[in-house]
Amino acid sequence: MSDVEALPRSYVTEDGTLSSWLLTTDHKRIALLYFASITAFFFLGGGAAALMRLHLISPGGAIVSHATYNRLFTMHGVVMVWFFLVPAVPVTLGNFFVPLVLGARDLAFPKLNLLSWYLFMAGGLIVLWSLFWGGLDTGWTFYTPLSSNYTGGYVVLAVVGIFLSGFSSIATGVNFIVTIHRLRAPGLTWYRLPVFIWSLYSTSIIYVLGTPVLAITLMLLAFERLFGVGVFDSTLGGDPLLFQHMFWFYSHPAVYIMILPGFGVISEIIPAFSRKKLFGYRFVVWSSVAIAVISFFVWGHHMFVAGQSLYSAIVFSLLSYLVAVPSAIKVFNWLGTLHKGWIRFDAPMLYALGFIGLFTIGGLTGLFVAALAADVHLTQTYFVVAHFHYIMVGGMVTAFFAGLHYWWPKITGRMYPEMWGRMGAAVIFLGFNLTFFPQFLLGYLGMTRRYASYAPEFQVLNVLSSAGSVILAAGYLMPLGYLTWSLFRGERAPDNPWGATGLEWKTRSPPPKENFVTIPIVTDAPYNYPRPAAQHG
Amino acid sequence: MNALTLPAASANAPEVDLLLFALLGGTILVLALVFGLMLRYVSHYRYTNTKDRGRPEEKTWRFEIAWTGATLVLFFGLFVWGADLYVRDYQPPPNALRISVIGKQWMWKAEHPGGQREINALHVPVGRAVELLMTSEDVIHDFAIPAFRIKHDVLPGRYESLWFTATETGAFHLFCTQFCGMDHSSMGGEVVVLSQPDYARWLADNAASVGLVAQGRALFTRYGCSGCHQAEGRGQADAVDRTKGYSSVRAPPLDGVYGHPVPLSDGRVVVADDKYIRDSILMPAQDIVASYDNRMPSFSGVVSESDLFRLVAYIKSLSGSEGS
Repeated sequence: MSDVEALPRSYVTEDGTLSSWLLTTDHKRIALLYFASITAFFFLGGGAAALMRLHLISPGGAIVSHATYNRLFTMHGVVMVWFFLVPAVPVTLGNFFVPLVLGARDLAFPKLNLLSWYLFMAGGLIVLWSLFWGGLDTGWTFYTPLSSNYTGGYVVLAVVGIFLSGFSSIATGVNFIVTIHRLRAPGLTWYRLPVFIWSLYSTSIIYVLGTPVLAITLMLLAFERLFGVGVFDSTLGGDPLLFQHMFWFYSHPAVYIMILPGFGVISEIIPAFSRKKLFGYRFVVWSSVAIAVISFFVWGHHMFVAGQSLYSAIVFSLLSYLVAVPSAIKVFNWLGTLHKGWIRFDAPMLYALGFIGLFTIGGLTGLFVAALAADVHLTQTYFVVAHFHYIMVGGMVTAFFAGLHYWWPKITGRMYPEMWGRMGAAVIFLGFNLTFFPQFLLGYLGMTRRYASYAPEFQVLNVLSSAGSVILAAGYLMPLGYLTWSLFRGERAPDNPWGATGLEWKTRSPPPKENFVTIPIVTDAPYNYPRPAAQHG
Repeated sequence: MNALTLPAASANAPEVDLLLFALLGGTILVLALVFGLMLRYVSHYRYTNTKDRGRPEEKTWRFEIAWTGATLVLFFGLFVWGADLYVRDYQPPPNALRISVIGKQWMWKAEHPGGQREINALHVPVGRAVELLMTSEDVIHDFAIPAFRIKHDVLPGRYESLWFTATETGAFHLFCTQFCGMDHSSMGGEVVVLSQPDYARWLADNAASVGLVAQGRALFTRYGCSGCHQAEGRGQADAVDRTKGYSSVRAPPLDGVYGHPVPLSDGRVVVADDKYIRDSILMPAQDIVASYDNRMPSFSGVVSESDLFRLVAYIKSLSGSEGS
């Protein structure tokens, strides 16, 4: 502990009392509160997934009943989507680094920031209550009329929890938008902003515009369930498809809420470890904005076999292909950044390269399910499960780890053991592919998702997938172990261990409470890495 | 069944497979490009390699336009391919054999035109277009036959249709693929494709005493429909009309209605299909036929889904479009 005392004055050492943490308005401390919360949710959702994979090693189901299995995947989905993926990067890395990257002393509304954490925790605890006490077996999608009139379980309570956590998203979104507009350091013009900021800006727009629709939808669901107001249930004069339209109007943009911040993180790391400007900066920036806009017009691709009209299906298919274009542009630009670089393989870079590989597979398999006739066969099977896990877990979670390793020295003032970091990246990449690649094949062969038991011919691939999940779980436990270890025993981090550009590296590690002793002045475009080539002639 | 192959047992299955293999081929090419470039660059431009890199490209827009353009063209091609196949498989041929399917937690009930009923199984003839007319008694289900590469959601309160032409005899998986509650994973069965003579034999072996139309005719009287609606040239409505002129029980006659346009009192004209007839029984106030008053009570919650199918079959038979 003498090490901790020896740390220079920083936001961590400022005041040690519990109330100074729970009532803090410092964006960095709130980010740490969020870190602790989403880590707990991640391992809770992951635990549910591990039990599901264990259950599925046998066609009849190995360990739990149908009812319990349904509750497990509902818990996995609800917790992972709303309490890990949607908030993950913005509320932790975003909260910590938006002011630092902008050269500001805090977010625009520090108290709103704290409120957002309390709303998030209140929502999270209410949802956990509903999951553990009443049990919830609707899937995270809450399709009506199953959720409104045909299931027991604490649907209304869960909906209230998600409703509250939605307000935490809105608060974060508003805070980021205002901060990015108003609190940029002198000289930090829009085109000098790192892509990380642009990505979070795009994400915030979706937070603010999309989340209210989810709130309305879930409230209508609760009203139907509690008071029999017929909105979605056909026996009450409602329309079950209306629920799907409204739900996906939020939940498809939410997919981009999850992945856009990941794009931002990767766009910081690739240039930093290639010692090179980001290739096609403006294209990367505007493709983030394009994604945020187009993402609101593709929701119907979740409903190609649900009974929407032929013409809607055609339009939604076309728009789904269109939204994939900006993502492809980003991948090509990252590759362009590697070209003629001076590439180092530190752990953040390994995670980032893993991200590019897994995200590309996820994106390309998205083209399968965007093609109407192919989707008819593949939708609601494990192909879709594999596809979105490649994006959400292979992509988003890997990007989160990339960012976490990249900024860990700045956040904590400590270095993690580099070899362990690299091994973690490799084990996660391997375990992930072994878990989810067999699921593409299972999906093509017709294995339905959300099945507690399955036809015997699917067993081989299921066992393979379950085996992979063991490796993946070990992969995720590794960072938990060595990062925690580094908090106490890690080497003291220099202010700028990677030699990266960006204002966050111009202050101390960990930063002082006020972030910067004097507010920096920006005179340069981002990623202006000096060319090492000059040294070698 | 083999662990790594899926039979392609319907007319559209090979077409879907071709699209999937094209997608797979394209995916492999793009992955080879992305992984190839990534591996080449990270090995070639490793920082330990101090070779001069030359100047990096300053003007990037040419590359941007090239790969954005290429992506757009490729994606548009895939869109057209997928949509074309989907549109062609959307509309069932008019001469399809029509079988009604009802989903409920957690079983499938099917009823053939001759009144043959089965549960968690569907017997169909090979080489003939089959149209399933589907509805649900409770939550949303989905009728999926992977070997035919088709599926469609089955919703409460409306009719959805799904059609196929089986090309191979044998038994194939039938799954419910829309999560429908506790025993979702047990809600399935088999689609058994029989040769045409075998199917005829199966129909004969499982013959109901009366076909759907005859059952529908009996229900038409039992539920009191015949009290107001004229059908098969007779009925209360007809009699009342002739003796008293416009009376309180005047209701549209149903002979020849099915498949024909019906003018409504609000000016719309709708074609009387299965859905229209079903809705008119359950929600009579929604579509009122022009020049009639709405006197009909709702039969929602009174007539079961299976009886609805029988009534629809009967009313359809009044247009001579389908016998029992």
